[in-house]
Amino acid sequence: MRNRDISFWLFLAPVLLGLSLVILIPFLYGFVYSFTNWNGLTATEFLGFKNYITLFKDAEFRASIWFTTKFAIVSVVLLNFIGLGLALLVTRKMRSSNLMRTIFFMPNLIGGLILGFIWQFIFINVFGSLGDLLGIEALTGWLSTTATGFWGLVILTSWQMAGYIMIIYIAYLESIPKDLIEAAKIDGANSFQRFRNITFPLVAPAFTVSMFLTLSNSFQIYDQNLSLTNGGPYNSTQMVAMNIVKTAFTENKMAYAQSQAVIFFIIVALVAITQVYYNKKREVDL
Amino acid sequence: MKTRKRKHYLLEVFGLLLALLWLSPFYLMIVNAFKTKRDIFSDVLGLPSEFVTENFVKAYIDLDFTKSLFNSLFITVLSVGVIILFSSMAGYALARNKSKLSGALLLIFVAAMLIPFQSVMIPLVSLFGKADMLNKTGLIFMYLGFGCSLSIFLYHGAMTGISKSLDEAAIIDGANKLQVFWHVVFPLLKPISVTVGILNVIWIWNDYLLPSLILSDSSATIPLKMFLFFGQYTKQWHLALAGLTIAIIPVIVGYFFAQKQIIEGVSEGAVK
Repeated sequence: MRNRDISFWLFLAPVLLGLSLVILIPFLYGFVYSFTNWNGLTATEFLGFKNYITLFKDAEFRASIWFTTKFAIVSVVLLNFIGLGLALLVTRKMRSSNLMRTIFFMPNLIGGLILGFIWQFIFINVFGSLGDLLGIEALTGWLSTTATGFWGLVILTSWQMAGYIMIIYIAYLESIPKDLIEAAKIDGANSFQRFRNITFPLVAPAFTVSMFLTLSNSFQIYDQNLSLTNGGPYNSTQMVAMNIVKTAFTENKMAYAQSQAVIFFIIVALVAITQVYYNKKREVDL
Repeated sequence: MKTRKRKHYLLEVFGLLLALLWLSPFYLMIVNAFKTKRDIFSDVLGLPSEFVTENFVKAYIDLDFTKSLFNSLFITVLSVGVIILFSSMAGYALARNKSKLSGALLLIFVAAMLIPFQSVMIPLVSLFGKADMLNKTGLIFMYLGFGCSLSIFLYHGAMTGISKSLDEAAIIDGANKLQVFWHVVFPLLKPISVTVGILNVIWIWNDYLLPSLILSDSSATIPLKMFLFFGQYTKQWHLALAGLTIAIIPVIVGYFFAQKQIIEGVSEGAVK
């Protein structure tokens, strides 16, 4: 198929139209309007960097970036730890390993909004009554403080996504040649040595993939945030994505929300690119 | 040898306990959905003292479940169908055209994945609003735009395994490009189509924010209806939990029938 063939362009037309009208044009359009006083329909004035200056002074926005960053760091570490652990567990020869895979993966199929509501019930009612029963005060009043709201979100997303990360690690674990492990066994390597020197280096690409996924997902979480804590108490568990939606559609500050969205894009893109670049380099070294 | 076996046995018990722990949120949701409001308050962990089925009837009606299920099915099936058809065509065209231009186009599609939804959300709603496209048709088109990047990437990768001589043979037999694609190439792409389909179904079925900005109440999908429903019953957990249970049933039924394909499809998508 050549460029000048009409069929080449016919085959690409639907997706080019989709990508342009849904992502590329809105992205550029939004970028331009973030420098104005746009109200979603019209813009009458060019403001230059005024929105961006306001944004750097906005304590609520800064707090949401900081909260999101903390959340991303903790959940990336936890998710990879649990995901790899589950993968190592279910790749052992066990009668029920397929059943376990099915169960660990299940929360992924259900939307974050619904899962957030289920865990809201668990944190408030189940934790509450367990706390009363066992006399552990720390269990009561979950989601009503910033710290417990933070950990609530971490627990929810770890439970939801660990099965997905497990699947990624399983795919790479199963591609490790069996004779490599056998040879190491014959040479007298114990299971920890085998893991450290064979399994771990060979699943390094899986780490790149899952770190990319967990990082970009953690930065963009919205549904779980909305249904679990709704940003409360006092917006202290509000993540960036939620802050932007609220600024735009609750407070109706479209141009300002768009400038937040531009900064949000820059953060997500920088984090994703840096991470992939760094991990790729590390993979080659091994 | 004996200690080895016992170690495996212990590991299996540990795994099963962990699996039970994993399932416990669903257990808590279901048992409490059958309780009265008072029962939930007095004993949240145990089985209900009497099984209340009215919770489900009321939740079903308030969720307008038949209608929201239909809306969800309609939007998901059509969007995923459109994504599979158009992305496979694009993946085919880009893989068979070895020029700088097609390399650049593929790069643009992949790079677009870096743009978070919130970064285009406001202008998207504004532009589609001006075109009077804030409806189901507009939504399906948006899903094509958001879903095509990853799908094209997967199809493009899968095309490398399909020999060009098949195309040439069909052309000699008198087929045109569209016929070659539809009768020769597309059937060979079936495994990757399953993966693309599964990945997009999971995401579109569960999507909340985009439909909430686009759809009116009469065309609300399950997540959207669930959000509105939940707002009404924040203090009436017996009804709220019954609603959540109802909303999850279609997913669990689907998972039961296609678990092997789903897990394989996701793993295929993750390795690429």
